[in-house]
Amino acid sequence: MIWDPKFECMPLPELQDLQLERLKEVCERVYDRVPFYFQALRTAGIKPKDIKSLEDLFRLPFTTKDDLRDNYPFGLFAVPPSDIEEIHTSSGTTGKPIVGGYTHRDIELWSEVMARSLTCSGTTKDDMVQNAYGYGLFTGGLGVHYGARRIGASVIPISGGNTKRQIMIMQDFGSTILTCTPSYTLFLAEVAAEMGLDFSQMKLKSGNFGAEPWSENMRVEIEKKLDLLALDIYGLTEIIGPGVANECEAKDGLHIFEDHFLPEIIDPTTGKNLPFGEAGELVITTLTKEAMPLIRYRTRDITALIPGVCSCGRTMARMKRIMGRTDDMLIIRGVNVFPSQIEAVLMAMEETEPHYQIVVERKGALDELEVRVEVNEKIFSDEIKRLEDIERKIEKEIESALGISVKVKLAEPKSIQRSEGKAQRVIDKRVL
Amino acid sequence: MKVKQISIFLENKAGRLAEVTNILGKAGINIRALSLADTTDFGILRLIVNDIDKAAKTLKDQGFTVGETEVLAVEVPDRPGGLGEILKIIQAAGLNVEYMYAFVERSSNNAVIIFRFDNVDEATRALLEKGVTILNGEKLYSL
Repeated sequence: MIWDPKFECMPLPELQDLQLERLKEVCERVYDRVPFYFQALRTAGIKPKDIKSLEDLFRLPFTTKDDLRDNYPFGLFAVPPSDIEEIHTSSGTTGKPIVGGYTHRDIELWSEVMARSLTCSGTTKDDMVQNAYGYGLFTGGLGVHYGARRIGASVIPISGGNTKRQIMIMQDFGSTILTCTPSYTLFLAEVAAEMGLDFSQMKLKSGNFGAEPWSENMRVEIEKKLDLLALDIYGLTEIIGPGVANECEAKDGLHIFEDHFLPEIIDPTTGKNLPFGEAGELVITTLTKEAMPLIRYRTRDITALIPGVCSCGRTMARMKRIMGRTDDMLIIRGVNVFPSQIEAVLMAMEETEPHYQIVVERKGALDELEVRVEVNEKIFSDEIKRLEDIERKIEKEIESALGISVKVKLAEPKSIQRSEGKAQRVIDKRVL
Repeated sequence: MKVKQISIFLENKAGRLAEVTNILGKAGINIRALSLADTTDFGILRLIVNDIDKAAKTLKDQGFTVGETEVLAVEVPDRPGGLGEILKIIQAAGLNVEYMYAFVERSSNNAVIIFRFDNVDEATRALLEKGVTILNGEKLYSL
């Protein structure tokens, strides 16, 4: 199902004309109204009227997370405070949060792209959406809420937490759509099992899960345990919140709603644009936002754009699931390595659990990558050769995924530090 | 006939072995035999103890990875060539020894060797056929 075929299935030449027209507009707007961009464009030696084609986008300066922090809280707003209807912030755990402002029209836009996202998972006005994203400053809760209301579905604004109550309400109300983080779905499944409940008895048919990276293996697990269609949703506070991109039922990439959010992929180290299909940092220009338009915003998320047309009929560009963050990226012997790639390998092997740590050292002129993997009872044997076989097997799997050789070292259980939020996965001992 | 052995995964770090033995000592568990196999990265400590369930539980509670394996405690004549005779029987039966180590105590005039076979039942049969004495758990722990 497609919410707005006129835009979502727009023929490419027409879409590109629309993007160019909107790009010119947004550049005019920020140049006139946001001192930061006036300066940045002047430094880059480009004026809004110089933009004649979509390729001119590449001449525009980037906007970074640091620029947002430097202009905290409202320095990048392009409208007077009285025009702001809503303010959200990122869930950032360190330092000042990232702020996103919305005018009335921005909230309309958000409702629209979220309606598109929820329609991707088959949501209609007859559905009941159990929205277990947190309501509040976090964009997840209200974003889904606005989208569901735009479709005319019934929303249960249950927010996050209180898992037993979630399950009771899911069962009693007959919720058909679930929205939450992917990890929370697995927790729901665990608690439901403890309560002796079976998801095949529930009415859930699909869900939009996001706000954290997840893997294809995790999708298989979620779909099996919750007996529903699990689709990936992507967004970030800086751009609008959830609703920047969403998977369709083809499960072959997330459609970026590029009539509003213009995507490009760059090499995170050089800043150069990468050819279509290559993995790099996702950069987004908001084409239509009023309160806080961003030009070439570096998301720090690593993905690749997928060439070709999707079987669902949408012409909107597709991106792969988020593969990692540029902050986590390691360059080992010239190869870009993301901890998430190693995690995916470990998740896919039935013997291992994703408790691991990566240690990088420089021995002579070469970088060495050591992966410490915790031994559990499934792996453990009283025979040395069996344990060494396991080490070799993990090494081979990681090597074929990464393209570089690694050394796997088994570690005692619980010896790798656990943390509530982000585990410290990488220890870089290189002195460069 | 079979004897239960526990094995513990240890990283090659100073003090880990002392830690395991201290934990068992505090729990009142007596180690009757042990062997430590190691690589550059890790080691496997194998133990015969007087209370295997308690030992396994105590170590698991302390966060160790613990395995249980069935091994054979075989009486070996305590004289030159004694072990050779036993190994000949094992070889003749086409059995594969994964590893072996000596038990601390003697059983009457014999030494006791702990054998880990990949097929423990077949090994039991082959040894008994040749009149070799295999000690059961109770007998072994009370030596």
